[in-house]
Amino acid sequence: MLKSSPPKRVSTEYELVLEAGRSEKNYWLDLWRYRELFQVLAWRDIAVRYKQTVIGVAWALVRPLLTMVVFTIIFGMVAKLPSEGDAPYALMVFAGMLPWSFFSVALSEASNSLVTNSNLISKVYFPRLIVPVATVVVAFVDFLISFAMLVIMMVWYQFVPGWQILLLPFFVLLAFLASLGPGLWITALNVKYRDFRYVIPFLVQFGLYVSPVGFSSSVIPEQWRLLYSLNPIVGVIDGFRWCLLGGESQIYLPGFFLSMVVVVIFLWLGIRKFRNMEATFADLI
Amino acid sequence: MKPILTVDSVSKRFLVGHQTQRESYTALRDVLGQHVKNFVRKSADMIAGRQIVQGDEIEEFWALKDVSFEVHPGEVVGIIGRNGAGKSTLLRVLSRITEPSQGRAVLRGRVASLLEVGTGFHPELTGRENVFLNGAILGMARAEIKRKFDEIVQFAEVERFLDTPVKRYSSGMYVRLAFAVAAHLEPEILIVDEVLAVGDADFQKKCIAKMKDVGDSGRTVLLVSHNMGSIASLCTRAILLQGGQVVGDGDPSSVILEHLTSGTNKTQNRKLVGDENGELLDVWAEDPHGVRSNSFSLESKINVVMEYRVLRDLPVAPFPNFHFHDQQGQCVFVVANRLDQANKRGTYKAICEIPGNLLNDGAYFITAALTCSHNGIEVCFVERDAVTINLVERLADDIHGPPRFGYAGPYPGALRPKFEFTIEPIELPTKSGIAAC
Repeated sequence: MLKSSPPKRVSTEYELVLEAGRSEKNYWLDLWRYRELFQVLAWRDIAVRYKQTVIGVAWALVRPLLTMVVFTIIFGMVAKLPSEGDAPYALMVFAGMLPWSFFSVALSEASNSLVTNSNLISKVYFPRLIVPVATVVVAFVDFLISFAMLVIMMVWYQFVPGWQILLLPFFVLLAFLASLGPGLWITALNVKYRDFRYVIPFLVQFGLYVSPVGFSSSVIPEQWRLLYSLNPIVGVIDGFRWCLLGGESQIYLPGFFLSMVVVVIFLWLGIRKFRNMEATFADLI
Repeated sequence: MKPILTVDSVSKRFLVGHQTQRESYTALRDVLGQHVKNFVRKSADMIAGRQIVQGDEIEEFWALKDVSFEVHPGEVVGIIGRNGAGKSTLLRVLSRITEPSQGRAVLRGRVASLLEVGTGFHPELTGRENVFLNGAILGMARAEIKRKFDEIVQFAEVERFLDTPVKRYSSGMYVRLAFAVAAHLEPEILIVDEVLAVGDADFQKKCIAKMKDVGDSGRTVLLVSHNMGSIASLCTRAILLQGGQVVGDGDPSSVILEHLTSGTNKTQNRKLVGDENGELLDVWAEDPHGVRSNSFSLESKINVVMEYRVLRDLPVAPFPNFHFHDQQGQCVFVVANRLDQANKRGTYKAICEIPGNLLNDGAYFITAALTCSHNGIEVCFVERDAVTINLVERLADDIHGPPRFGYAGPYPGALRPKFEFTIEPIELPTKSGIAAC
């Protein structure tokens, strides 16, 4: 057997003090140090999700497709709501559904992540922030699948997006941050009060109707638009449509900036709540 | 040298709730009232951000109270104590899973903790995938796992099943793979909780050897175990926890003895054990003068005494027997005897005289049993570890004299008997012999 090499001399470099209520000075550095664990956890979630599920990938295709069809029929054909410019209604719906399903999957996965990983939390130390963030990666894979579908649909409709599509990564990041804020807040509370897990499905369902997924946000009366933009997803969806549908969609800038401010506030609240409760997770879980 | 680990009056508090005793009947009004009261209290707690505790009365519970000790590099420290003594809480605090309520601990090295084998193993993933997953969870870098992958697989003996999901593994294979990953960690401080209690005997031996290897290479190990054998054989030092406090710290064999003899003193308040044929009344050890004791010198004779009662007349007398176990749990020897007249109803006293200069120093655990043989072999009672004795070596004035002849280390072996040992010259070089050389 290979004799293991003797450990390095004890150095003050690794000195670690454990104390009540001591906030970790190098928490963010630690987070970076544990990046490999982050990769592995994200990879595990993806591998498990698509392992042994015949319709794993199909499910990611069917769900948005059916929702799009239903929305197009109800809002576009029955209610006869206008599309964005000349873009086909189905495309407009799908461009809105991309960020929405990313947001809703990320939110629900992140919110339950700590409880489903309770065995890790109670046995090993690592910055707990890794767990909810890693689950968002799974939502991102679903997002990529849906995005491939959008490309196919654009080819079908012979729709050419403008230069704005180059800004899409920025809006993806925005959608990610928008889901992370409330996700962190709820996952922290979910550890303490398990009732919060019932809040998520309701929130997601409710959000689908108050967000401009099935319709364009331009149908909202002008005087209400700023108020409507308090919903952070409004800004994200508008941004996506602006990117993907090119010149056909106008972005409502004051509303967009308001949405961004709300995203940042939620993110700050979420991280703060999470960090405050992090030390007690193992005791509560 | 600076201690690698300093624990300075660390305390950990938990809140526990109690359900108060209800009246003999419960009225709906009371139940509703109780629920409303609880609901209001919980809501208030939640808004204030306090912990919600189930139950009507809240009590503080200190799992650890003012625990202080220091560990120097290279020490292998065993932490022992009864269930609920705070061992696991201490390890959880030191592995940063939970933070102390008071006090502080300073760790001066990279820590890896192993509170469970196979933390994070996912049943759907293959053995290969789980090695990487588990390694990353325990804090190994990807490159490090890759480098040690073959060694890990070889250690676990699961080469053939690497690409099978671990849900199809036998529990032995699962545990072997899990421990193999952990055994290849190379931290400066390794914290281990009770993981040796798994796996078959062969694998346990292998793990103990690997852990010894870890200790020998200068790494610091903190180990919790209920297996006194592994504590005694692995550790250089033991810490005894009781009710969340350190009550013993030092040489493993003496701390183990303290642990095993503490609390319920076995010679008092003994509960009667036995069947319809016979029962145990009392068992103890005494010196040749009849003074009960648990501590003897190596040269001293020891009388192990058992009082028992035969409950009915038997065709053949039952025979009392004593089993001597060492700290590793190995049976050192068994002694038994029978008195043919001892088959009548009545109480009897069996005395076994252990000569001086037979047992080694350290603790021995004596099991007392009574066996009937009139109807095949049938055991009336077995009282495991009924008596614990500690043998102490009185240091001779001159270490260069017998029996140590200058050797100061531990005397190996389960026994240290003093036998006839003669040395006689066969051939001595004569003057001419030297000349011949």
